Amino acid sequence: MSEIKKFMYLNRRAPYGTIYAWESLEVVLIGAAFDQEVSLMFVDDGVFQLVKGSDTSESDMKNFLPTYRTLGDYGVRHMFVDQASLEARGLTTDDLIQVEWEDWETEEEVDNIVEAVDADKFKELMAESDVVFSF
Amino acid sequence: MKLAVQVNEGPYQHQATDSAYHFTKAALEKGHEVFRVFFYHDGVLNGTRLTTPPQDDRNIVNRWVELAEKYDLDLVLCVAAAQRRGLVDDGEAERNGKDATNIAPKFRISGLGQLIEAAIQSDRLVVFGD
Repeated sequence: MSEIKKFMYLNRRAPYGTIYAWESLEVVLIGAAFDQEVSLMFVDDGVFQLVKGSDTSESDMKNFLPTYRTLGDYGVRHMFVDQASLEARGLTTDDLIQVEWEDWETEEEVDNIVEAVDADKFKELMAESDVVFSF
Repeated sequence: MKLAVQVNEGPYQHQATDSAYHFTKAALEKGHEVFRVFFYHDGVLNGTRLTTPPQDDRNIVNRWVELAEKYDLDLVLCVAAAQRRGLVDDGEAERNGKDATNIAPKFRISGLGQLIEAAIQSDRLVVFGD
């Protein structure tokens, strides 16, 4: 299994209304062991997955927002957010968490791999992916 | 073409599981290879042998089993999803101290790595869900 593929995890749903967001994250975490080129895309209500400051203490749900912050350690290079989905929900990238990334070998660092993209870029990213996991 | 299929929804509740079955069957009949069918989320409920639909309805679980017997299909239930939803084989019953099993023949329970591997090995991953 030497071939490296471009994996895109497409996250379309709000974090706690259904289990899709959490079980998508579980695939990303497990998939890290396979050393593929991994990006995440957040679209529609999926953008709510990255909104900072969420508090689940009164809903008896495990808050998995901190897990997104660790994704740089799990080989995730890019976390793209659909700009139109943000705008439709009255959000900007200032409302979202930041995720750092560091290459342990080259010591290259990126302060924040969360990036808003427009529809054309979104299409381009989808088209160049070898595998799209849709959640 | 070598295909991998992912099923994300439960049987009877959602069309995804029917579409996945018909797609898989058609692909196999056309001579394509199906590397694996991976069941995730409520999709793992496709793998319980205790399913008892009314007699005039399709038996979704048995349909998968028959397809797997004919084509030697690899039917895999995600272990994390299966544990949450009470899908149990002999190994899981022993590990987790359960008093019964319910997995259908030809299905097996394994990790998410099986999904990633299927995506890497196949020409296309085809996802059925909402």
